[in-house]
Amino acid sequence: MRERENIFQGVDWLLIVIYLVMVMLGWMNIYAAVYNEEHKSIFDTSQKYGHQLIFIISAFLIAVTLLFIDTSIFTKFAYPIFGVVLFFCIAVIFFGTEISGSKSWFRFGSFGVQPAEFGKFATCLALAKYLSTLNIRLTDLKTKIFSALIVLVPMGIIILEKETGSALVYAALVFVLYREGLSGNFLLLGFLAILLMILALIFNTSVLVGILVGVSFLFFIVSRKTRRNILTIIASLVISSVTVLGTNFAFKQLKQYQQTRIEVALGILEMTKESKKSDLWNSYQSMVAVGSGGLAGKGFLQGTQTKFDYVPEQSTDFIFCTVGEEWGFLGSTFVLLLFVTFIWRIIFIAERQRSMFSRIYGYGVASIITIHLAINVGMTIGLAPIIGIPLPFFSYGGSSLFGFTILLFIFIRLDSERLLVLR
Amino acid sequence: MSAGNPYTDRKYVVGAIAGTIVLIFIIRLFYLQIINEDLKIAADSQAFRYVPVYAERGNIFDRNGKRLVYNQAAYDLMVTPKQIKNLDTAEFCKTLGIDKETFLKRMLKAVQKPNSPYKPSIFAKELSVENSSKIQEKLYLFPGFYVQPRTLRKYPMSVAAHILGYVGEVSPEIVDTSKYYRNGDYTGISGIEKSYEYDLRGVRGTKIVMMDVNNIEKGSYKNGEYDTLAVAGKDLVSTLDLDLQVYAEQLLKNKLGSVVAIEPSTGEILILATSPTYDPNLLVGSIRSENYMKLKKDSMNPLFNRALMASYPPGSTFKIVQALIAQQEGILTVESRLPCNFTIAGKQIHCHNHGSPNLTESIQKSCNPYYCRTFVNIINKYPKTVEGYLNWKKHVNSMGFGVKLNTDIPNELRGNIPSVEYYDKFHGKGRWKASSIYSLGIGQGEVGATPLQLANYCATIANRGFYYIPHIIKKIEGGQIDKRFKEKHFTTIESKYYDVVYDAMFKVVEAGTAANGKISFIQFCGKTGTAQNPHGDDHSLFIAFAPKDNPKIALAVVIENAGFGSTWGVPIASLLIEKYLTGKITRTAMEKQMLDGVVLPVKGKKKNSSTVD
Repeated sequence: MRERENIFQGVDWLLIVIYLVMVMLGWMNIYAAVYNEEHKSIFDTSQKYGHQLIFIISAFLIAVTLLFIDTSIFTKFAYPIFGVVLFFCIAVIFFGTEISGSKSWFRFGSFGVQPAEFGKFATCLALAKYLSTLNIRLTDLKTKIFSALIVLVPMGIIILEKETGSALVYAALVFVLYREGLSGNFLLLGFLAILLMILALIFNTSVLVGILVGVSFLFFIVSRKTRRNILTIIASLVISSVTVLGTNFAFKQLKQYQQTRIEVALGILEMTKESKKSDLWNSYQSMVAVGSGGLAGKGFLQGTQTKFDYVPEQSTDFIFCTVGEEWGFLGSTFVLLLFVTFIWRIIFIAERQRSMFSRIYGYGVASIITIHLAINVGMTIGLAPIIGIPLPFFSYGGSSLFGFTILLFIFIRLDSERLLVLR
Repeated sequence: MSAGNPYTDRKYVVGAIAGTIVLIFIIRLFYLQIINEDLKIAADSQAFRYVPVYAERGNIFDRNGKRLVYNQAAYDLMVTPKQIKNLDTAEFCKTLGIDKETFLKRMLKAVQKPNSPYKPSIFAKELSVENSSKIQEKLYLFPGFYVQPRTLRKYPMSVAAHILGYVGEVSPEIVDTSKYYRNGDYTGISGIEKSYEYDLRGVRGTKIVMMDVNNIEKGSYKNGEYDTLAVAGKDLVSTLDLDLQVYAEQLLKNKLGSVVAIEPSTGEILILATSPTYDPNLLVGSIRSENYMKLKKDSMNPLFNRALMASYPPGSTFKIVQALIAQQEGILTVESRLPCNFTIAGKQIHCHNHGSPNLTESIQKSCNPYYCRTFVNIINKYPKTVEGYLNWKKHVNSMGFGVKLNTDIPNELRGNIPSVEYYDKFHGKGRWKASSIYSLGIGQGEVGATPLQLANYCATIANRGFYYIPHIIKKIEGGQIDKRFKEKHFTTIESKYYDVVYDAMFKVVEAGTAANGKISFIQFCGKTGTAQNPHGDDHSLFIAFAPKDNPKIALAVVIENAGFGSTWGVPIASLLIEKYLTGKITRTAMEKQMLDGVVLPVKGKKKNSSTVD
C-alpha cells in the first residue's frame, strides 16, 4: 500500500488529466458519430459506443497495472518485448484475417487485435534501450545504422501487412534520433526530399529537372569552384533528379486508390459528380462535415454529415469530422490545443529525466502522437492524403486505445521514478 | 546526465514542429469553418430534404350550403425498393389483387430512372378504400412499402363541370415563372378552380427531413423546429343554386345550348349550364388525362363552355336595345307608330302586317321593319355615319355587349359589336352607311353575344338600367370577394325609358310570342329571338325575368338549331322560373316534353327559315 501511494504521488497528473479528457471526448464523439435512435444509451454494449466504454475501462486497468510494474522491467526487457511484438507482427501476416486487403488483424470472435498498434511502444522501448547504452554516439555510422534498423524493421514488417499508413508513423522516430544528436541536415534533407516529391507529382518532370539543372548551374557560378564544391553540386543534382524520376516511377506503382488519395491531397484532382464514392468523395465529404460546423458547431448529436454516413469511417479514422461538425471551430481548436499541450508536456517531462532511457522513450511518445495527429487531422481537413491511421485516444478501437495507453503510461511510470533512479 | 547535454536546445525544434502543425491546422479550420460558405451549403443540400406539406384545398358550396366540390381521401401505395426485406411476393400479390407479372413490371419501374431504389415511388395509384384498408392491415408484413394519403376532388352531384373546372399538375412554364409552384404541384386549370386558385390552394408547408447517404429518411430536423405548417385553402360559397343548376342541366340534355340565370339585384349567377356537358368526376386523378382526350375527341365538344364562349347573334332580343336607345336619343316615344314595311338599300324588309305598331306593340309583335328603320334613324341622327354609329355603340357597350363583363369565371368571350375600323376595312373608309349595317337593328349580321351577356342584359332590364357584374362566388371564408362585384354599372339609358320595355316584355309572355310559357300564378316578362345560323337550323333564344314586380331571376336560354325561340327556349325558361320561385313544378306534361326532347343538329338542312318570333 505504501508503494502504491508513492506511485500516485510521483505521476504527472497533468498528463493523466489530459489523457482522461481526451478519452472521454473520444467516447462522446464516437457516440455522436454512430448514434443510433434504437439504441440511445451510451452504455449499450451492442453498439460501438458500448464497445468503446469496455475498451476504456480495460485501458484504465492496463494503465493502473503499468503504474504498479517495476520500471526495471521496461529497461531490462526492452529487447525481448520488442522481439515478442515483432513476432506477432510477422505471425499476423500468416495467420491473421484479411480485412479490406490488409493482413494485420487477429480475430477472436467479434473482437480483434492489431499487433502493429503495440509495435509503437515496443519500438520506442528498443530504441531507448539501444541509444541509452553506454558509449553509444549517434555520430557514429554504426549507431546510425543500428538505430535505423530498429525503426525500419517494424516498418518493413507492417508494410508487408499491407498497412502502409501505420508503417509511415515510424518515420516520426527520426525526431528522437535528431534530439539525441543526429545531424539536423537529415531533417532538412528529409524535408527537401518530401518537397521535391510533391513538386514532382504536381509539375511536369522535364520542366522540373530543367529547373534543377538551372539551379545547380547558378550554385556553380556563385560557389568557389573547388573540386569538392563541384562534386557536391553534381551529386545533389543527380540525387534530386533521381528523386524526381523515382517519385514519378514509384507513384505509378501505387494502386489506383492510393494515387487518387495523393492527388486529392495535392489538389490535382477536382471534385466531380463521378467522383462520388471514390476517395475524392471521402475527402470532400469530410471537409463538408468539418466546414458545416461553423464557429460553434451544430451541437452534440446534431451533426448530420457524420451521423448519416456521408463521411466514411466516421468513428475511427474520421472521428475528427464529428468534433468539427458538432463542436465547430471552437471545439476543434480546443482539441488541437489539448493535443499540443499534451505533446509539449511530454517533451518537457522528457527533458527533466535524469535517465537517458526515459528521455529517449519520452521523445518517442511525443513523436508518435505528433505524427498521428498530423496525418489524421490533416487528412480530415484536406491537407494530407487519406491514410488510415487513428487519432490517438479519440478513434474507436481497442487495439489503438490500448497501444496508446501503454505507450503513454510506461512513460508516466518511468517519469514517476525520475528522482529515484539513474539509468 | 541531462546537464551538459549538447542537444538540449533541440527540444525547441521538436516542440516547434508540433506547434507549427497545430497552428497550420487551426488556420485551415478557420478557413473551412468560418470563411468558407460553400461547405455549409453543400452539407445542407445533401443532408436536408425540404418535403412539401400540401395544404388541403378549399371546398366549394352552393348558395344554400350544399356541397359542390370537396376533397376525398385517396391512397397511393409507395415502395422504396432498397428497404424491401424478405417479401412474400405471393402473399403480397394476393393482397393487392395483382399477378406476379404486374408486380415485376412495377418493381422494375420503381428502380429505373427517374425513380430510384433508394427513393419512394408510387407502386399502385389511388387504391380503392377497401383495397387500401386491406393493405394497411398487412403492411407490417411488407417492409419497404407504405401507404401515402392524398386528396382528390370529388363532385357529389356531377354538375356544373365547366364552372367548377378541374385541377391538374402545374405546367413547367408556370414553375419557371412562379415563386410558389414547384414541379408536381397541383393547380386549378379551368373554371373556379383556376380563377380562385389563390384562395382555394391555401399555403403549402415545408418539413425539413434529414436524409442519410443512402437517401433514407432519418426523421425531422430538430423535431420540426424549422418546419412550417400548411395553411388549408379557404372554402368558397358559390352563387349557384345547386338544385336549379341540376334541373337546368337535365332540361338541356340531348340539346345543344346554354342557360344562364342571374339574380338581378346582386349579379349573382344562379345557373350557368351548358350542353353537352360531362361528369366533372371524370377529370380527377389518374383517369384525368385519358378521359380528357376522350372528351376532346368527342364531336359534340362537351368541353366547350357555351355559356361564356359561344357568341350568338342575339336576333329579336336585340330589338329592345334599339327601343331603349331610340327613346334616349329622342327618336321614338312610347306612342311613335311606324309603318310595318321598310325598303332599304333596294331591299324590302318583310313582316306580317302589323299595321303601324306603336313601341309596345312593335316589341310584343317583334316587328322587323320597325327596328331596321329605327336603327337607321339612330345612326342618321348624326351627320356622319361614323359618329352615329359610335354613339349607338356607346349605348350598346354600356349594356354589356361587345365587352368582357369581367366575371370571375375564366375564358369569357367579349362577343362582337364591330368597331368602326372593321367596317372601314370591310366596306372601305367612309363608304359605309346606316343602310349597309341596318341588320344590326334586329340583332343579325356581325353582332354576337354570349348567353352570359344576354342574361346580364336581361338583368339590366329587370333593374331598369344597371347591372352588377355577374359572378359565381359570393363568399370566401376568411376572405373578401372582389370589390368590382359590389359596384352598380349603369347603362347610358335613363331608367324611365325601361317602363315601356317592361310593359312590352310582359305582353310578350301574356299574349305574344312567348305565350306558351305563361304561368298562371307568376307574372313575368320575356323576349324571344332567333339567331340565324349559316350552318343549319336557326338557334332559339329567350330572355326572361320574373316575377314582373321586383324580379328575382333573369335568364337567357339558347337552344341551338331549335328554330323558333318559343318552341324550346320559352318552356325551359318558364319551368326554371317556376322551379326557382315556387320550388316545384305544376306543369308536368311540359316538363316531360322538355326533358325527353332531343334537339341535335342535322347538318346542312334547314327545317324552316321564318324570321318571325
